[in-house]
Amino acid sequence: MKTVRWLGLGISILAPSVAMASTLETVQNRDSVRCGVNAAQPGFSALDDDDQYRGLDTDICRAIAAAALGDASKVDFVPLDSVERFTALQSGEVDVLSRTTTWTSNRDTSLGINFTGVSYYDGQAFMVASDLGVQSTKELDGAAVCTQSGTTSELNLSDYFRIHNMAYDAVVFDSPEQSIAGFEAGRCDVLSSDASQLYAQRMQLADPDRAVVLPEIISKEPLGPAVRQGDDQWFNIVKWTLFAMLNAEELGISQENVDEQLDSDNPDIMRLLGQDGDFGEAMGIEADWAYQIVKQVGNYAEIYDRNVGSDSDFNIARGLNGLWNNGGIQYAPPIR
Amino acid sequence: MSVRPNARPVGQKPPFWRDRAKRALIFQFILIAAVAVFLVYIVGNTQDNLAARGITTGFGFLSNTAGFGIVQSLIDYSSQSTYGRTFLVGLLNTLLVGSLGVVAATIIGFIVGIARLSPNWLLARLATAYIETFRNIPLLLQIFFWYYAVLRTLPSARDSLTFGEIIFLNVRGLYLPEPLFESGFGLIPVTFILAIVASIALIIWNKRRQEATGQRLPAYWISFALIFGLPLLVMFATGVPITWDVPELRGFNFRGGFTVIPEFLALWLALSIYTAAFIAEIVRSGIQAISHGQTEAAQALSLPRSLVLRLVVIPQALRVIIPPLTSQYLNLIKNSSLATAIGYPDLVSVFAGTTLNQTGQAIEVIAMTMAVYLTISLLVSMFMNWFNARVALVER
Repeated sequence: MKTVRWLGLGISILAPSVAMASTLETVQNRDSVRCGVNAAQPGFSALDDDDQYRGLDTDICRAIAAAALGDASKVDFVPLDSVERFTALQSGEVDVLSRTTTWTSNRDTSLGINFTGVSYYDGQAFMVASDLGVQSTKELDGAAVCTQSGTTSELNLSDYFRIHNMAYDAVVFDSPEQSIAGFEAGRCDVLSSDASQLYAQRMQLADPDRAVVLPEIISKEPLGPAVRQGDDQWFNIVKWTLFAMLNAEELGISQENVDEQLDSDNPDIMRLLGQDGDFGEAMGIEADWAYQIVKQVGNYAEIYDRNVGSDSDFNIARGLNGLWNNGGIQYAPPIR
Repeated sequence: MSVRPNARPVGQKPPFWRDRAKRALIFQFILIAAVAVFLVYIVGNTQDNLAARGITTGFGFLSNTAGFGIVQSLIDYSSQSTYGRTFLVGLLNTLLVGSLGVVAATIIGFIVGIARLSPNWLLARLATAYIETFRNIPLLLQIFFWYYAVLRTLPSARDSLTFGEIIFLNVRGLYLPEPLFESGFGLIPVTFILAIVASIALIIWNKRRQEATGQRLPAYWISFALIFGLPLLVMFATGVPITWDVPELRGFNFRGGFTVIPEFLALWLALSIYTAAFIAEIVRSGIQAISHGQTEAAQALSLPRSLVLRLVVIPQALRVIIPPLTSQYLNLIKNSSLATAIGYPDLVSVFAGTTLNQTGQAIEVIAMTMAVYLTISLLVSMFMNWFNARVALVER
């Protein structure tokens, strides 16, 4: 998998600097969206028993393919680790990165990439072995902490322990599988990562009851898809794919009732589903782009519940990820 | 013999494209020019592409605050240090595991290599088994084996194995007492250096005396006594100005003392054991390259077996051993970059991993990392070539 990083590096050195075709054209010619995802993070992106990627992040990839190509199955998933993900996007190895990536100012401004929105509001938390009897993160002075290389977790961790005058040893691994193995082997007292990932990793333990996730959240981790800078058309398509799913939930359009909703006379629904006006044209895609997203993938509530929410093993409450009129902060601009 | 009609008259200069020396010059010039043009193109093109994609470039990031912790550091480091400092920390960690690995691999390799030629059947078979096992398993798997298989069998911090309540071994690493030097300690290193200088002088003098008179002193034993005895004497004379910081269990982990992290132990063991298998074969082939007549001639002079090996066989074998040994040292140092797989904070893990990812400046970071490995390897090669020239047979 490391080859991707080196390949990317080689491409950015060797690629001739002629004007490149737009991402949408590239995607249409190839007839598939190349989407950078996690190799194995249950709930967000992991292979199921039929060797299909399942998860919130991968459903967003499918929604983008439904919008851009009219077919949610036309996605090539490219598993990336946290170190190689940005290079893969910068070099054009993938068209979009949907890989539990935290939106930060540095990443948004200096890496040549743009975040298109927030698909999941997360926060960093700590998981400890339950037999340690730790109740709060304030009791972690001197602990050895396993975390993943090249993540915001690694930085938040050092800030948090410094502010609270606590010492810690950072044991840094390449992949989530290795950090959970280090935690299970007892190399570290604490595993620190985004809360959603910790819940998923806890389920992977031989005995999940031997570990508890502490209640404190120490950081803001807005996770979202990212695209290369300098292609506003593709940026818009990815951005509005997520907004369309949120608007669909807000308007009560679901995978099941979307065909009935085509006959609706609610102007918001008519505009979203392309019955009134052509909001796809400005983005260079079909007028029924949002219909295809909801029909083939679902609205935001459906992909949330299916992958991480009430219909999944993780059963994570909507919380911050609820709609703005429902106690959360997920809010999409209107289609008009 | 017929003369070809258009053969040029004798004495006239041939056209330059028929002159082999000139043609060679021209081709070399064209090759250099092509390489130069290619390099200029690559650099310019890279800069254009990076600028077009809005990716920050330059080495300014080295003075920015890193903001992440590193578990093992030979110099002062905190998360408030700069990326430049993380580079140094990673580099030193690489050098540490590389140099200790080279030493251990050489010692194990020589012992196993000699053991393989031993007349003792069991010893020779054991050495063969060692070589064939470790040489034929991929290094990465061996690193994982030492890390996960051995790590999992160690107890937790609270049930540590202990040696006299001073040294502790658990899944978090090996905890050793750390010497703290009090005032007045400065005299001891000074004595130590003086003793080394005196020993070197003694050995040179002894050699000349032996060449002149045939008599010799046990100079090595005297040097040994000087180098270790004198500082010890001074230490007791000044009232032992050292206190020991003994690790003790507080909270989760041991605090105080000196910690050897398990990642280091696993990587060091794996690198040493793996490379030693190759070195053992090199040593064996070197010794077998010396004709048996040399050994018999030495035995005929009634030299004991240990001296036959030390004075006759090994000095000659070294000439065969050293060139391939250099390659093994280079391999070991480069293989140490596999550290990143088990989270040992070497240069690749800390700098080409975390720093690259936090700054996003792949080209600068990778270029620096490659330059470091190239420099280390060239320095090792230079040293080994110098050493090879020293032991080479001088024909008189």
